[in-house]
Amino acid sequence: MKNRLLIANGQGFWGDTPSAPTQLAKNIPELDYLTLDYLSEVSMSILAIQREKDPHAGFAKDFLDVIKSLVPYWNQGHQIRVLTNAGGLNPEACSRACQKLLKELKCSKKIATVSGDNVLATIKSSREGYVHLDTHAPINTIKDELMTANAYLGAQPIAEAIQKGADIIITGRVADPSLTVGPVIAHFGNDLNLIASATIAGHLIECGTQVTGGISTNWLEVPEIYNIGFPYVEMHADGSFIISKAPNTGGVVSIETVKEQLLYEISDPENYLSPDATVSFLDLSLEEIEKNRILLRGAKGKPPPSQYKVSATYRKGFKAEGHLALFGGQLAEKAKMCGEIVYNRVKSAGYALQEFNVECIGINSLAPGILKGPQKPMECALRISAADSRYEALEAFSKEIAGLVTAGPQGTTGYMSGRPSIRPVFGFWPCLIDRKLVSPKLSFEDEI
Amino acid sequence: MTQLLLHEIAYARSGDKGANANIGVIAYTEEGFRFLTDYLTEERVHHYFLPLGLQSTKRYLLPNLLAMNFVLLGVLGQGASTSLRIDAQGKALGQVLLQMQIEMPKELLKRCVRP
Repeated sequence: MKNRLLIANGQGFWGDTPSAPTQLAKNIPELDYLTLDYLSEVSMSILAIQREKDPHAGFAKDFLDVIKSLVPYWNQGHQIRVLTNAGGLNPEACSRACQKLLKELKCSKKIATVSGDNVLATIKSSREGYVHLDTHAPINTIKDELMTANAYLGAQPIAEAIQKGADIIITGRVADPSLTVGPVIAHFGNDLNLIASATIAGHLIECGTQVTGGISTNWLEVPEIYNIGFPYVEMHADGSFIISKAPNTGGVVSIETVKEQLLYEISDPENYLSPDATVSFLDLSLEEIEKNRILLRGAKGKPPPSQYKVSATYRKGFKAEGHLALFGGQLAEKAKMCGEIVYNRVKSAGYALQEFNVECIGINSLAPGILKGPQKPMECALRISAADSRYEALEAFSKEIAGLVTAGPQGTTGYMSGRPSIRPVFGFWPCLIDRKLVSPKLSFEDEI
Repeated sequence: MTQLLLHEIAYARSGDKGANANIGVIAYTEEGFRFLTDYLTEERVHHYFLPLGLQSTKRYLLPNLLAMNFVLLGVLGQGASTSLRIDAQGKALGQVLLQMQIEMPKELLKRCVRP
């Protein structure tokens, strides 16, 4: 039995740098598990649109490039196992595509698929409220517009897949830290404090380079940021773990970067909710045992909530935004007038825009009313945005940005990227569902 | 007493959860944390961010990390995916808070700055 597990993150979000997985494989030959996180709150709705056009789509296709990049390492004898939520809305299709690719590359791997997170049909046919966690509004107010609804599954099916010998585990929606918790349960057991510790480890690495110096307050001090390393944790059976980064890379793992990421996107630190445990951060201790190696101890776990959190998305009209640069004096006034030109021209075309916003980036866009902008700004980026339930209204808006180049103030420039593109908007509807209405399903490639 | 900006004695990170944002604020020293526990109250932070139209502010303390977590409810309007603001995800709110003007005894400041 192993007494330590090395678990890394090689994609913090969909669109992260493609070279990260091989950076980790190359520099950590003994790496046990590689987690790849592709899903954000509304990415399921983007996948839903892709699946509407093609029933074999609906997963993060970039994942296949990662698999391809890892094959040479597997052929050299590396034992890295891959855990990913790249399955998105169609984990079965993702597994089939992965299987096909590996066959072509003559690489033999056992692929497991975790599904059962899709609860759209259950919610649509139910009379339950599924109230919005923040606004407490019942879901029937948007039920006709619902596009996706997925429960955040936990680590148990992932652990089971590992125990059954899976090399690659592809899931739909699971809680982000559960990708890290899965192997810890499989190798070290089900103790709640251990699960709490693995949940914190997963929380720390799930955003990739955010824990190795990226977006840190003292960012300018981070060494060799152009070669920033991706993170890994060394989990111990007693629940303590060390967080570090790939050797021979830049970036930094310090008390400061770890504390910042611990607090990233959390609410109550005494009750961090995950499907695997309710976690308290309040007895955690951090110790720098070597440069770029921070030891964490003291995670406390209580039983998880009796319900799963659901991430649902719904159609909410369209939006677009146009950018121009303005140079000269009295910029705030000029920017406001530019907004009025666009708004009124769209109105004359027959559409009073439902939502409209004008920002002067460089003067007052970041924190209007809180921070004073520069006294005499001579340049700003003008950003005009609109949202509307009518696609045609946004089309009219999109056609009115360029007109500012000749009708706007002297010093208007930078119209290079063409008309603003119109994008669908997806609302996010977080709610809860009883566990007994959700059936996590584990299958292997020959079964899907 | 001396005037300074919060970033001289603390660092931070912010992000989004639906229509809410959170800002983790971490003191560089224990004395800085004790000072901020009294000074950087829920009310003060709520008042600071009022121009952004938030509903309420909740503070959680993490003395073991010399840190506190502020949850700004409703500060992102109807949520990151639908907001028209350039900072729809609240990524910049940590930097905004670190620009807060604060006031503290001069002799205490020396024991609160980054070691």
